[in-house]
Amino acid sequence: MTDKFISIEAIAKRYPGASGGEIAVFENLWLSMARGEFGCVIGHSGCGKTTVLNILAGLDEPSEGAVIVDGQAIEGTSLDRAVIFQSHALLPWRTVLGNVAYAVTSKWRDWDRARVKAHAQTFIDLVGLTGSEHKRPSELSGGMKQRVGIARALSITPKIMLMDEPFSALDALTRGTLQDEVRRICLTTGQTAFMITHDVDEAIYLADKIFLMTNGPGAVLAEIVENPLPKDRGRTDLHRHPYYYAVRNHIVDFLVSRSKTFAADVPGHDPRNVPVVRIGVSEPTIVAAPRAIETHPAQTIAR
Amino acid sequence: MNASLRLRAAIVSVALFLAFIGIWHIATRGTGAVGNMSPEYAKLMGLTATAGKSAMPGPLDVGAKLWEHLKQPFYDNGPNDKGLGIQLGYSIARVALGYLLAVIVAIPLGFLIGMSPLMNKALDPFIQVLKPISPLAWMPLALYTIKDSGLSAIFVIFICSVWPMLLNTAFGVAAVRKEWIDVARTLEVGTVRRAFTVILPAAAPTILTGMRISIGIAWLVIVAAEMLVGGTGIGYFVWNEWNNLSITNVIIAILTIGVVGMLLDQILARFTRLVTFPE
Repeated sequence: MTDKFISIEAIAKRYPGASGGEIAVFENLWLSMARGEFGCVIGHSGCGKTTVLNILAGLDEPSEGAVIVDGQAIEGTSLDRAVIFQSHALLPWRTVLGNVAYAVTSKWRDWDRARVKAHAQTFIDLVGLTGSEHKRPSELSGGMKQRVGIARALSITPKIMLMDEPFSALDALTRGTLQDEVRRICLTTGQTAFMITHDVDEAIYLADKIFLMTNGPGAVLAEIVENPLPKDRGRTDLHRHPYYYAVRNHIVDFLVSRSKTFAADVPGHDPRNVPVVRIGVSEPTIVAAPRAIETHPAQTIAR
Repeated sequence: MNASLRLRAAIVSVALFLAFIGIWHIATRGTGAVGNMSPEYAKLMGLTATAGKSAMPGPLDVGAKLWEHLKQPFYDNGPNDKGLGIQLGYSIARVALGYLLAVIVAIPLGFLIGMSPLMNKALDPFIQVLKPISPLAWMPLALYTIKDSGLSAIFVIFICSVWPMLLNTAFGVAAVRKEWIDVARTLEVGTVRRAFTVILPAAAPTILTGMRISIGIAWLVIVAAEMLVGGTGIGYFVWNEWNNLSITNVIIAILTIGVVGMLLDQILARFTRLVTFPE
């Protein structure tokens, strides 16, 4: 990890507790990502994933620590960091084109109408919404709305795309096609992306690095799982890959049991130096007892 | 199904109207009992005593008088005899002026209150005390300070229409969905542009609802205010015709007040529909 395009350094978020004191959602959290990487955060509700994303977006401020993007500490929101909201957050009184154009004019204030329109249209075409430019959000399906959200985020050509469970409200089919779109766009444009998800398969399909967070309050970044699957992986044959089950089981095990007991199990956990898990050998056979999954021998832990 | 429902409703409405007119007509047909009196005395007594005519005008009397008014709505025969159109014009002008002033004050102030929790809390006690005051209670103070009855009436309209607009604007602005604000923030949209491009369109339906409530109250209050200040206006017309004991004209005035109030409400309802967005 030499190239730290995004570097979250020792951030903490605390809220005033009910009985006077403060409750820390997380303390001393370190996380970094290289340019062009796709990072996914997985963790249970309440572990502060959304807070991390909001801090990264500049919508929220850490109680302590700093976030450095491209060599500069961030201050507030920026057009360099686009957010795709879980609830799409389209302005309902604007058309599809109007919503994208709003972002475009926010970035390039001196552009004339025709140029803004042409630029917005490019991104509407990119997400496959050609022909729906003049529809209002209420006339669109959930998947189409989220496509507009993606087009709006991409249209300002951000350095980082931040996604807060963008597909969780969609049905499985739509979610799949949108995952394909996002992956295609990120691969072709070399977009750096940071995404929060609950869906393990989504993380395995999209992410280069999967960040596992323990349960809050007092959540920590427990492990960084490197995705062993090849870059040209497809969504439909993901599960045929020899490493797929190994990585999936590792993440599911973490979510099911280790996310609760991590603090007790690993007392010397160094938040600055989070172990990187590299899954090396496939999960070859169907195991008879569930125990066998837990004691998987094939993972190597690299510091 | 929808059209037939509307048709049936219209039939019932017309039937109810005709029944009302019919009952009114029968009830005011006349008493019949006429006393025997000398011709000189009869001249003094009028038709109620001599011909048994009801003291309450019937629908035909009102209709005939209404037709007279409609034929000549804008005549002006001096201070106490002006056409119905002129009187309504005065009232509408006063309402429009006071209402416009209220819009100018209430909407920016409502934005301030809605956007700043500090101002919300700081101004809340004043609003809570001022809001329940009957607008007419301001009248003596207005007459004393402004020293002009026409302007005082406008002030009363202002003060009564300002509260619903103010409260609705503040509520609408404060209730704008956080995610829309977040969108504007991530796009680095400045405060002024955010107010006009996100908060105003998002709060517009609520603001317009407040404006619709206000116009209704303003139209209620103008009649009472004009009864007090006198001179011109539909409220003064009602009181003047009461002093003339012309119940026919009083009924006509009541009718026109209702129709104009409905029109004002419909105009605002149309504006509300224009700014309402489906989600």
